[in-house]
Amino acid sequence: MFRSAAELVEIAENENILISEVMIRQEMEMKEKSREEVFSEMEKNLDVMEKAVEDSLQGVESVTGLTGGDAVKVQEYMKENTPLSGQIVMDAVSKAMGTNEVNAAMGTICATPTAGSAGCVPGTLFAVKNQLNPTREQMIRYLFTSGAFGFVVANNSFISGAAGGCQAEVGSAGAMASAAIVEMAGGTPQQSAEAFAMTLKNMLGLVCDPVAGLVEVPCVKRNAGGSSLAIVSADMALAGVTSTIPCDEVIGAMYRIGKQMPSSLRETGEGGLADTPTGRLLKEKIFGTSV
Amino acid sequence: MKFNSVFDIIGPVMIGPSSSHTAGAARIGKAARNLFGKEPTWARIHLYESFAKTYQGHGTDFALAGGLLGFETDDPRMNKALEIADERNLDIEFIEDSAGVSHPNTARLIIGDDTEKIELVGISIGGGKIEITELNGFELRLSGNHPAILIMHNDRFGAIASVTEILAKHEINIGHMEVNRKDVGKEALMVIEVDQNVDDGVLKELESAEHIEQIAKISS
Repeated sequence: MFRSAAELVEIAENENILISEVMIRQEMEMKEKSREEVFSEMEKNLDVMEKAVEDSLQGVESVTGLTGGDAVKVQEYMKENTPLSGQIVMDAVSKAMGTNEVNAAMGTICATPTAGSAGCVPGTLFAVKNQLNPTREQMIRYLFTSGAFGFVVANNSFISGAAGGCQAEVGSAGAMASAAIVEMAGGTPQQSAEAFAMTLKNMLGLVCDPVAGLVEVPCVKRNAGGSSLAIVSADMALAGVTSTIPCDEVIGAMYRIGKQMPSSLRETGEGGLADTPTGRLLKEKIFGTSV
Repeated sequence: MKFNSVFDIIGPVMIGPSSSHTAGAARIGKAARNLFGKEPTWARIHLYESFAKTYQGHGTDFALAGGLLGFETDDPRMNKALEIADERNLDIEFIEDSAGVSHPNTARLIIGDDTEKIELVGISIGGGKIEITELNGFELRLSGNHPAILIMHNDRFGAIASVTEILAKHEINIGHMEVNRKDVGKEALMVIEVDQNVDDGVLKELESAEHIEQIAKISS
C-alpha cells in the first residue's frame, strides 16, 4: 500500500503502469473486490457527476439565492466570444461552478474529495474531454488517478475546511484534478506528481471563510479558481516544468499551515470574507442575526 | 491510515451542501440509530465549534435528523428530515455547546425512548467520513466502515472468552478488537469489528452469555 506520492509514483514506474492502475489494484486488494466491481462503483460516481453538470447548465438557484446561474452565463459568453483564457479553461470553470451550484441548491453530487470542492475534478474532466477524446474507461481512470493523490493527502494532511482551511478542500481537489489531466493527456506518473505539487503550492494558505457559514460564497467561485489552476499546472508539468519542493513536502507544508490557522478561518463562518460588511449583512438577511 | 478506500476520496454521492457537515452528520446520526438498535423517540444533540457555528447553513441539523431516521447520504428526503422526524414523533433538540473539543466537527448525541437511552460522540473528519469516539462514557474509535458488535459487559474473567467462543463457533472472523473499562471489576465495553454482518441469532446468543449486559451492532 502506498502512503506517499513518492511511493505512488515509484510503484507506477517500477511496474510500468498508470497511477490509476496502482489505485485500482490497491482498492481490489483492500476490499477483496473484482476489477469489474471497483470499476462499476466508480462509474456510478461518474454518472452522478455528469448529471450534476447537465443539471447546472439548465440553470439552478440555491435556496438563499446567493448562488446559481453563473455556469450558464459562462457558457453563453463562450458561444458569443473567444474567451481570453481559452475554451477549455472557461469550459472547466463553467462546469466546476455548475457542480457547486447544484451542491449549494441541495442537489445530488459526488464529493471529490468534499462537497464544497466537488467542482474541480468533474469540471476539468468534462472540459478536457472535448480535446482529448477519452474512452469511457479513461474517464473512469481519471477519477482513480484523482483519488490516488487525494488518498495521500487525506492520510498525511487533511481534506476538510474545518480542519485545515480551503487549501485542504479546493487546494486538494484542484491538485488532484491536475494529476489526472496529466495522465489522461499521456504524461508520466512523475509529471502527475509535479502538476499536483504546483497546483497545491498555489493554494497554500487559502482559508475557509464561508459567508453565513454556507457552502456558497466564496466556495462556488473558488472551484472556478481551482479548476483553471489545475489545467495550467497540468500544462506546465507536461511542458517539463517541475516543482522545486517535492509533492509530499508540499502536502506536509499544507498540514502545518492548517494546524497554525485560527478557528475563525476554518469553516466557522467567523473570519475572512464572512466577516466583511457585505458578508455580515448577507448573514443577517438570511438568518436574521449578525455575526 | 484513517482513509483506506479510494471511495472515501471520490465519494460519497450525497445531497449537498457539505460533505463533513451534511453527509458526515447524516452518517453520525445513522451510526447512533444503529447503535440504539431502533428508532429513538427523542434526541438531544450538542454541537461544537464549526458544527455549532454553521449547522443551520450547512443543513447539519436536518442531516443528523435524517441519519436518526435511517436515511443514507443520498436520500432525496434529506432536506425534509426535520419535518419527517416531527411526523414520526421523533423530538429533536439542538444545543450549541461552547465546551472545548479535540475535533472542530463534533456532535454529542443523547438519544432514547421511554425505556432506554444511549450517549455517544461522533466526529466528521472530512469528505463524509466519520468516527465514533465515545459511547456511554467509554472512549473508542469506530469508523462505521466495517460491521461491528459493541458489547457492554461486567469486567470479570471469562467475559471476553465467552464472547469470542460464540463468534468462533459461528465462524465469524474478528478484524479488530478493543476492550475498555471504567474501573477494575466495573462496567466494560468490547468493540469488535468483524468481516461480515452478524445476524440476530448470534446476537441473541451473545446476549445470554455470562456477564453480558447490552449489545449493539453496526451493519455495513
